Amino acid sequence: MLAFVLRRFLGAIPTLFVIITASFFMMRLAPGGPFNLDRPLDPTVMENLNRIFHLDEPLWSQYLRYLGNLLTGDFGPSFVYRDFSVGDLFANGLPVSLQLGAGAILLALVVGVAMGVYAALRQNSLADYLVVATASIGTTVPTFVVAPLLSLVFGVWLGWLPAGGWGDGAILNKILPIVTLALPQIAVIARLTRGATIEALRSDHVRTARAYGLPARSVVITHTLRASILPVVSYLGPAAAALVTGSIVVETIFGIPGIGRFFVQSALNRDYTLVMGTVVVIAIFVVVFNMIVDLLYAWLDPRVRLD
Amino acid sequence: MRLTILPRLVAAALLAGSMLGASYAPAAAEVVYNRGNDGDPETLDPQLTSTVAEAHIMRDLFETLAVYNASAEPIPGAAASWETSADGRTWTFKLREGAVWSNGDPVKASDFVFGWRRILDPATGAEYASMLYPIKGALAFNKGEGPAEDVAVTAIDDTTLEVVLDGPTPYFIEMLTHQATVPLHQPSVTQFGADWSKPGNMVSNGAYTLVSATPGDKVVLAKNPRFHGAADVQIDTVNYIPFEDRAACVRRFEAGEIDSCSDLPADQMAQMHEKFGDQVRTPPYLGTYYFPIKTDKAPFDNPKVRRALDLAIDREFLADEIWSGTMLPAYSFVPPGAANYENGPTVDYKDMAQLDREDEAKKLIEEAGFGPGNPLKLEISYNTSENHKNTSTAIADMWKTVLGAEVTLINRDAASHYAYLRQKGDYDVARAGWIADYNDAESFLGLLKSNNPGFNYANYTNEEFDKLMASSYQEADLAKRAEILKAAEAIILKDTPNLALLYYSSHTLYSPKLTGWTDNIMNVYPTRFLKLDK
Repeated sequence: MLAFVLRRFLGAIPTLFVIITASFFMMRLAPGGPFNLDRPLDPTVMENLNRIFHLDEPLWSQYLRYLGNLLTGDFGPSFVYRDFSVGDLFANGLPVSLQLGAGAILLALVVGVAMGVYAALRQNSLADYLVVATASIGTTVPTFVVAPLLSLVFGVWLGWLPAGGWGDGAILNKILPIVTLALPQIAVIARLTRGATIEALRSDHVRTARAYGLPARSVVITHTLRASILPVVSYLGPAAAALVTGSIVVETIFGIPGIGRFFVQSALNRDYTLVMGTVVVIAIFVVVFNMIVDLLYAWLDPRVRLD
Repeated sequence: MRLTILPRLVAAALLAGSMLGASYAPAAAEVVYNRGNDGDPETLDPQLTSTVAEAHIMRDLFETLAVYNASAEPIPGAAASWETSADGRTWTFKLREGAVWSNGDPVKASDFVFGWRRILDPATGAEYASMLYPIKGALAFNKGEGPAEDVAVTAIDDTTLEVVLDGPTPYFIEMLTHQATVPLHQPSVTQFGADWSKPGNMVSNGAYTLVSATPGDKVVLAKNPRFHGAADVQIDTVNYIPFEDRAACVRRFEAGEIDSCSDLPADQMAQMHEKFGDQVRTPPYLGTYYFPIKTDKAPFDNPKVRRALDLAIDREFLADEIWSGTMLPAYSFVPPGAANYENGPTVDYKDMAQLDREDEAKKLIEEAGFGPGNPLKLEISYNTSENHKNTSTAIADMWKTVLGAEVTLINRDAASHYAYLRQKGDYDVARAGWIADYNDAESFLGLLKSNNPGFNYANYTNEEFDKLMASSYQEADLAKRAEILKAAEAIILKDTPNLALLYYSSHTLYSPKLTGWTDNIMNVYPTRFLKLDK
């Protein structure tokens, strides 16, 4: 297994290199720069800034400079958040996004799988229809509607939870953002689990287990779930990568200091180094989570070999 | 039944929180002000700051020679008094006796010399270095063409600072309220370099000191007990909380988590007025929302075409319907309220009915050679935003209905839009806005000088206007200078290189527990003048 992990990491290096190179040049194709602000700058000031940030150099030399710094683990200074390096910004924000993302995945997994299995066992019953309907609503109602609604209901009207803010990481402040992040995932996971479970229930090995007279609990948990969780696992890889790297909607609406807003803001601000930083971080997460999915697959399904 | 679970959950969570030390109760006497801000500060180095959000924080941390009082009138700050020479070029400031930095060091005149040389140093890359250009030698140093020693700021002794300007600059005191002109504590800046403005390193001379700063979360300030006016400062801790989403601030205000919001969602103003009554404040803001027209491009080089475009716009409709009353219809380029500029000129059609304006517009566009067979074609460029889109669409419709023009709209994100304007792209009419950094009409009129290409989006050139502006910089007499500037504005109102559409207003919401909040045209509310009942 160790050899597999190592091989995957080595294989990711050329992928990352291509992603970095492509993003670097694509980003520079966009008109404007980090210093084209709402309030225009005096030309002298603009020249000074371009010189300080090496924007007056040819593009290839900027590219080589960036690659060189990256090799030493230096993501460079942020063009917009001038008190911080890109590394600082991630050091501050990533733990926050990881906590919320991990909480959301966990919640989505537990609730989604439970709902899916329950619905599958009672196929075409009222409970099943309810789960399917809830799941459809969960996927169609966007986060930017759910988030303010939850904040309004639980924060303003009922006053049970903070309407927003990070509260220095207090548990209460995490509940609404985690629920908001989890809801669409619950919906997808419930539907995936339901479909796969219905299929698995009809499979030969489950029928055999039943024929042996095994208790219903054992049939469902040991024999059915193991097969029906596979599609969920393959879905979870990219979904988890997206969740732990933050969500701009949840962060702006609840006022969470994560890294999700960097994706959008840095691109709009032409904060070149921050854009590159986010691209690299997401790419790494996607690679890592896909690898975890492969490992989980091998564990769940003995037919899969890692070599 | 289900409701009973939650309080238990909440109690458990609270317990867990307090055990982790994550939640703490402030001491009974401590007054904590949770202050909503426009967004994250990009930096806390006052000399690198440029946004409104940063300016709010800087006014609490630092004290400039002159500062704004609660009504945004300049009053002595770090300087106790000042004198001007007869020609208005030499200013002598007497610093406050006994004023100290937050670490106890005395605030000296040399701290201003050090600070001002630093912001002008090209290596600093300060966006607001241009604020100090009226000082003799400043522009040359910032351009890298002159030495720091030639910047005419001198510490005569520890409490006397002398500044020599290139010309009489009546708005100099207004400019000194800006955070670009703060003094700096030389030992800590030298010791920590670029990190001097980080929490723990920063030494400041204002009513507050920096405790912590987390992007996306909050900036925490604590009362500075060494501040000379500390006895009158009631609020102990200020939490500046960034809100990119204005509606989120309003929700948290309603939940009692926030004491004031620095901006409000424009599309919800009607409900906000209904719900919060007088707590919603929309005082005029010293800014103009305008559309520059490219005056050196046919057919827009024809003043008749520009005037027709100008007349056809129903500003009342824009202000009331598109902006739900959060902006005011503009009939001049310099907004009302500019200092020493009472009764500025307005467009000559201000008192005409909109229908009569439209009739004249139709006549003018015909005279310019456009008609049903040959419609005027133009493109409106704007930076992506719901409000700008609605404004542009409404104007396009007015030009279509009144002038029979064929109008297309094009939007770009803000960075692309402003780069396009700056690089003189092939635009016809574009969206722009200007909010003054200091209260003076020159801040607006200077935008249209022909030697100001970075800001003169209309590519406007008018010798007479340029001459008037040049003479205004040499005039020390306030009344005479106002007359010159008014004459200059009258020219651009006649020539319409910029279609002035709306005057800005600021939008704030504050709790009745907060007192000392005074509406003002500069949108400044220093915390030291506020009081909060908890």
